[in-house]
Amino acid sequence: MAERLTVHNPVGYPPKVVGKRLAPRPQSLEGKTLYLVDCLFDNSEAFMDQLRRWFAEHLPAVNTRMIKPRESWVDDPGMRAKVAGDGDAAILGVGL
Amino acid sequence: MELEQAGVPSIALHTHVFARLAQSVARANGMPRTRQAYVPQPIVDLSPEQLRGYIEGSDPVSRRPFMQEVIEALTRPLDEDDLKGLTFERSTPRLLEPDTEDNLQQLFVANNWTDFLPVILPTEERVARMLKGTSQPPDKVVGRLRPAAFREFWELTVEKVAVNAVMAGAKPEYLPVILAHAASGVTARSSSTTSLAMITVVNGPIRNEIGMSAGIGAMGPYNHANVTIGRAYNLLSINGQGGSVPGETYMGTLGNSYNYSATFAEAEERSPWQPFHVQKGFKPTDSTVSIFFGGRYSASGFGPRATWKEKMIRCLTSIDHNQGPLLVLDPIVARLFVNLGFDTKEKLIAWCVENAQMPARDYWDDQWVQTLTHPLAVAGVEPFASKLKAKPDDMVKLFEPDDISIVVAGGETQGHWKMIGGAYRDKATVSVDAWR
Repeated sequence: MAERLTVHNPVGYPPKVVGKRLAPRPQSLEGKTLYLVDCLFDNSEAFMDQLRRWFAEHLPAVNTRMIKPRESWVDDPGMRAKVAGDGDAAILGVGL
Repeated sequence: MELEQAGVPSIALHTHVFARLAQSVARANGMPRTRQAYVPQPIVDLSPEQLRGYIEGSDPVSRRPFMQEVIEALTRPLDEDDLKGLTFERSTPRLLEPDTEDNLQQLFVANNWTDFLPVILPTEERVARMLKGTSQPPDKVVGRLRPAAFREFWELTVEKVAVNAVMAGAKPEYLPVILAHAASGVTARSSSTTSLAMITVVNGPIRNEIGMSAGIGAMGPYNHANVTIGRAYNLLSINGQGGSVPGETYMGTLGNSYNYSATFAEAEERSPWQPFHVQKGFKPTDSTVSIFFGGRYSASGFGPRATWKEKMIRCLTSIDHNQGPLLVLDPIVARLFVNLGFDTKEKLIAWCVENAQMPARDYWDDQWVQTLTHPLAVAGVEPFASKLKAKPDDMVKLFEPDDISIVVAGGETQGHWKMIGGAYRDKATVSVDAWR
């Protein structure tokens, strides 16, 4: 019978994951301010612009606003505060 | 997820190839019910009409109409699971269940803990022997790594680094160099779609103490210390950050062979110039590791001959201009450049900066310059803002002096030089002596 070995686990130590709640949803987007957050990937601005046009054509009662962070992949607290301050909902997109 | 925390109902849109990654990030952030929708890959280079087709089409993951997914994600009432999130702890047992060597080798491969080459199993005896290579206590935290900026950091202790060093086949005397890599905070296994790798250069007395090579074949598989240190850096990155698994924690579309091992020493004794670590403020008697970010491209040349300027400019203007190069010059090449008047590395770098130019139109027509640099230019950050003001045919410089690094290595069998994607982006020169 082959010898049984005891070996170390090579995996590092992950942080504890603390559960976070989703924000309450409105019944509808009608009359609400919806931020379209362009995440700055190449051509994402064009995608988000098409999304804005879709809302204008199909749900004109939704007030859409385009917004961008200052840099790609870097948190922009100012932009987040703006969206949280006067936005009712947000769509973030879109990568590659 | 930060917007949800701030009370803003949100949905994140991704291309479908990122579905597993997006769901895994949401779970690791305690918000597994984060609402997400998907469009087909790619977005880049598509016309407005094609993008509109995505919007009016189906989500390729859920198979439901894309806009129905989006609207419902923002208006569907929350259920109990949405409200509580997911709290959990992931334990990492110190030892695995005893098993045969064959079964353990299979387990390591099945768990994606290797580079798919055989590893040395990290038995308690081997790890204890490896730990004799440092005076640091086994439970000391060396550093934290993660595969991308949007993921959570995992921690590595001295013992965990030693375990991965054993797996790579390293000797105990290499351990301080491997610990310095781990302490850098720079992973060798980025999840980037662009298939990044890290090239690392060792300077100072430790090179000769442990028998590293800066000579013939320094960048290839011809020296035990070079190869196993570089391999250990990759293994500890895979395991120290919680994985490098295609589709989940690794998204490099082509992959990169530098991800096996890419570590070598600088030929300080045969170089006519200052060693790299001295350029960065260390003493010649200090031992260090420097980490260069990229590995996406390699160009090479010989000489310098009579037309060296034209050749060098062709190379500099053909490489990714959002990722500065690491120039590795054989000592023969370095000495010839001295003969041409470049008596410091800085002078050669200045020549490269001055001569690496292209029309602004070409500079801006690049996916990563658009994604990473263009927003900075719009925000007024120099030198990018000035480049944005340039007319399409105006020539703009591609690099700043800090974007280009030079290291001397090679066996002097040929006057050969290489230009490798290797930005000194994180200013990562780490002391080895601190980990002896």
